[in-house]
Amino acid sequence: MTELKLPSIDYAAIAPILIMLGAALLGVLVEALVPRRWRHLVQLTLALLAVLAALTMVVLSADERIITAGQALAIDGPTLFLQGAILVLAAMALLLIGDRSVERGGAFVAQAAVTAESADDRRQAEGRNGLTEVYPLTTFAIGGMLIFVAANDLLTMFIALEVFSLPLYLLCALARRRRLLSQEAAMKYFLLGAYASAFFLFGVALIYGFTAGIPGRPAGVNFATIHAAVSDSPASPVLLFAGMALLAIGLLFKAAGAPFHVWTPDVYQGAPTPVTGFMAACTKVAAFGALLRVFQVAFADASWDFTPVLGAVAVLTMLVGAVLAVTQTDIKRLLAYSSIANAGYLLVGVLAPSRDGLAGTMFYLVAYGFSVLAAFAVVTLVRDEDGEATHLSRWAGLGRRSPFFAALFTFILLAFAGIPLTSGFTSKFAIFGPALEGGQAWLVIAGVLTSMVLAFPYLRVVVMMWLSEPGESTPTVTVPGGLTSAALMIGVLATLVLGVAPAPLLDLAAGAAEFVR
Amino acid sequence: MEETVEYAQATGLLGGVWLLVAIPLVSAAILLLLGRRADRWGHWLGVAAIGAAFVLGLSFFFQLRGLENKSVELSLWDFIAVGDLRVDFGLLFDPLAAVFVLLITGVGFLIHLYAVEYMSHDAGRRRFFAYFNLFVAAMLLLVLGNNYVMLYFGWEGVGLASYLLISFWTERPSAATAGKKAFLMNRVGDAGLAIGIFIMFATLGTTQYDEVFTGVGALTGTTVLVLGLLLLLGAAGKSGQFPLQAWLPDAMEGPTPVSALIHAATMVTAGVYLIARSNPIFSANATLQLVVVSVGALTLLIGCIIGAAKDDIKRVLAWSTVSQIGYMFLGVGLGGAAYALAIVHLLAHGFFKANMFLGAGSVMHGMKDQVDLRRFGGLSKYMKITWLTFMMGWLAIIGMFPFSGFFSKEPIIVAAFEREDWTAWLFGGAALIGAGLTAFYMTRLFVLTFHGPQRWTEDIEHPHESPKLMTIPLILLAVGSVGAGFLLATSVPDWLTETAGLGGEHAEHEAVLSHAVITTLSLLVTVLGAGLAWFLFRAGTATAPQPAGVLVTAARRNLYTDAVNEAVFEKPGIFLTRALVYLDNRGIDGLVNGLAAAVGGGSGRLRRMQTGFVRSYATSILAGALLVMAAFLAVQAGWLA
Repeated sequence: MTELKLPSIDYAAIAPILIMLGAALLGVLVEALVPRRWRHLVQLTLALLAVLAALTMVVLSADERIITAGQALAIDGPTLFLQGAILVLAAMALLLIGDRSVERGGAFVAQAAVTAESADDRRQAEGRNGLTEVYPLTTFAIGGMLIFVAANDLLTMFIALEVFSLPLYLLCALARRRRLLSQEAAMKYFLLGAYASAFFLFGVALIYGFTAGIPGRPAGVNFATIHAAVSDSPASPVLLFAGMALLAIGLLFKAAGAPFHVWTPDVYQGAPTPVTGFMAACTKVAAFGALLRVFQVAFADASWDFTPVLGAVAVLTMLVGAVLAVTQTDIKRLLAYSSIANAGYLLVGVLAPSRDGLAGTMFYLVAYGFSVLAAFAVVTLVRDEDGEATHLSRWAGLGRRSPFFAALFTFILLAFAGIPLTSGFTSKFAIFGPALEGGQAWLVIAGVLTSMVLAFPYLRVVVMMWLSEPGESTPTVTVPGGLTSAALMIGVLATLVLGVAPAPLLDLAAGAAEFVR
Repeated sequence: MEETVEYAQATGLLGGVWLLVAIPLVSAAILLLLGRRADRWGHWLGVAAIGAAFVLGLSFFFQLRGLENKSVELSLWDFIAVGDLRVDFGLLFDPLAAVFVLLITGVGFLIHLYAVEYMSHDAGRRRFFAYFNLFVAAMLLLVLGNNYVMLYFGWEGVGLASYLLISFWTERPSAATAGKKAFLMNRVGDAGLAIGIFIMFATLGTTQYDEVFTGVGALTGTTVLVLGLLLLLGAAGKSGQFPLQAWLPDAMEGPTPVSALIHAATMVTAGVYLIARSNPIFSANATLQLVVVSVGALTLLIGCIIGAAKDDIKRVLAWSTVSQIGYMFLGVGLGGAAYALAIVHLLAHGFFKANMFLGAGSVMHGMKDQVDLRRFGGLSKYMKITWLTFMMGWLAIIGMFPFSGFFSKEPIIVAAFEREDWTAWLFGGAALIGAGLTAFYMTRLFVLTFHGPQRWTEDIEHPHESPKLMTIPLILLAVGSVGAGFLLATSVPDWLTETAGLGGEHAEHEAVLSHAVITTLSLLVTVLGAGLAWFLFRAGTATAPQPAGVLVTAARRNLYTDAVNEAVFEKPGIFLTRALVYLDNRGIDGLVNGLAAAVGGGSGRLRRMQTGFVRSYATSILAGALLVMAAFLAVQAGWLA
């Protein structure tokens, strides 16, 4: 019997992952052991501290460029940059999740097992404290995302996908109000997510088959092996292309690329708004981190073959997002379609095969994450006695009632529309520039045209807020407590700073923009 | 003339030059963001910020004096870096910038102090100080930028702050209208400046001062002329020079400290700064200089004539500002050593005009906001400090020896006489006549306000002197009005020669008259003008407007320049707008509406595919998956790509 050989593991390099998962396990213990009164405070502090500690470890190992844990994890520039991005955005999302000043008891249901719309349900909605299980769930999800962007083989990637997806399905179901909508969203997300995972897993199997079919080479699903197999393969085998297609479908589902975006509006609308913000910012970073790694590391030599197909997906995604955003009447659905369109722009970045393209995509992810979290922070504030007022007609005249928050939201919408001096402009520039240089002019043209279409729904909201008379039903904006204000101000400031002085972050991204193989 | 301009990098203490802009900006932000919570102490924060900026500016100034090469540049970050187009977010601290920093923060600090008391009964005092500090930050950015884009930012910033402050009392329709007028007329000038900057990009590929000044020698004469005229248009708009002068007197609708700081001491001199800063461009073309000189001479006469006919104390002072800036334009237009003279006059003017504006504010404070000269008289007995300090300002502006105006204005008159051809007589004569007229209308203002019989409205029984917080700045500014001229005239020109291209060679031509003759003449016309005014108005004046001759009527109507503006700018503008609206409605809107309808219709139809059923979502994912698979396999088989 051969002895089992343990792979060497660089614990310092994977410390961020270990910290987040450890904190999640600790959070489960807190649920069991700490008195109910203290749980919220302890859980929030624990989660924030863990994020902070993980971020510190990411910063400390900023120069690390290794593959560790038996080829399973690659800790390199893009990994560290994206892990840092996920952690910073997750910290903001945690601030929104932890806020209990805007809604009494927080945005989460107090007792998930009560039948929705029953008398008990109305009682729990009236202000009993929300579930604190959301914190371990969130930390698990963050941990999964950290693995996802570091994964160096397809199996690790699949496991990470499940680790961060399952808590998200649960989190979506935990809205305090409109619980049927929330539960429906979670159910849809779960069913379709499982469906997409199956595609991904099937893709992994086909790729394994492809590598195994090349004589004189080890079979496997880690990216170095796949890369070597792709460059060595004499013909273009069906297995490789079918596998690549299935993997792309699995990842595009998470990234909300058309036509795999169908879940997005429903889930964004139904989920508790802080969770929606978390998904829009962090899931996007994770999904695109994985897409970048799979297509720029494993399948780099097949780029001539996948670019036209993924390019078509990108154009379709931009079109669907922009065109459908035009007729939306609910602010959360509008932001969902905007997020779909942004996925299209990000795909353009994935297809720009240069260091600048990679840096631009990573910059875009950070810039967009900040803005979208700030946008959802404002959405949590506009409310009446039934909770958030998300129908757009209710936002008419908001500029008169609450000029400050309406001004902040206007600024964020202008950033989404890509107006100069906001991060929306610099980030689009950072993606479209390299794409143009890489010969993908058609994608850039599609991107610019759809941004023009997309500017219309944003400006419609702006016009509605400022130029309409406030109606009877126009809600006022709740003055937020410290946590939501902090998240909102961070988001708005980052949007401004990255628009005025993008150079430091762009330089950081450019310095990190090289994968190890 | 190929001359290379280079600046050294800022190090040490001077690396903190950015603080000059940051401190007032941050305090403005705090005041605006905190809202009413800052009402109780907000004004002191405003004052402290400007005080701190002044102390910093002073220490930077002494630091700069100790340097070999008296210009340092500080690049903060790349503001725009697209292809060949590079704009630095950078600052330049050189002698020219340094004197402006000291003027803005020094006089600004005194005016802030004064405003604490002046605005104490106003509910919007905190907002006022927020805008005020915003203005100071923008003005400092304007003079500290190291390229034209930074200058433009500051330029628009001071425009914004000025607009906000003119219409500060929004409840007065006249204030709102004046704000709009200032905004629109400034737009005309700003458009000129913006196009000028675009031309720099197009021809030189840069807007950095050093690169522009180095490259300007290689441009054709026409390009330099067009560029210079556009910059001049911008300068005229901001500084209230012909033909864009009409907004400045109306701007007096704002609170008096605003008039003193923005519309007398600092912002309106931005045009002079622009021309002095761009002197390598202006010096490169003689026609350009002639235009600047003509604008200056014409405006200084217009300002004097209209100022003599006005009865509103602040408007008279405003027209005198227009006229004095005319002198500065005359100076910068003459070129060579006269650049420095114009800056000296600008600094001296900053002191004495701020002094007189604050004095006027003090009079209004004691007279229940009365501004009509015909309703003053005999105030010297009741407001001793205001009277004495105002007297210093008055003697300074009319150029009486040994007050500051004498040392600053006199050399400009001499320089005007030093031109080489017959234009020496034209411009020197204009400057000389202007000096006489200035003496006349300023004496009229002074006598009607402080001497002669009392002509007060019935509701005023006993005018009172203003509180200490208002009189102390007055006294300090009066000291400046007395002493600044001599000190400035002896030190500043030498100091400014270190600025790129400023000063240096003296004009070689002899003046058409000898220096002594000119000095005697100018003192003579001053005494004559002042004496005439004193004689005419020593016994006061009627309290209602009197019928008057053609010239006075014309002057009361601003020499019909408003009517000209209306005919030249407003009417064609309205016509153009209407034509464009027509075109827009018929042509462009039709196209856009068609497209929008197509998008909206498509969106509505696509939306129906979003049914909400998981089964249909799964089907669409499956269909998409099949498509993607098919596409990949098509690629594999070589059918695509």
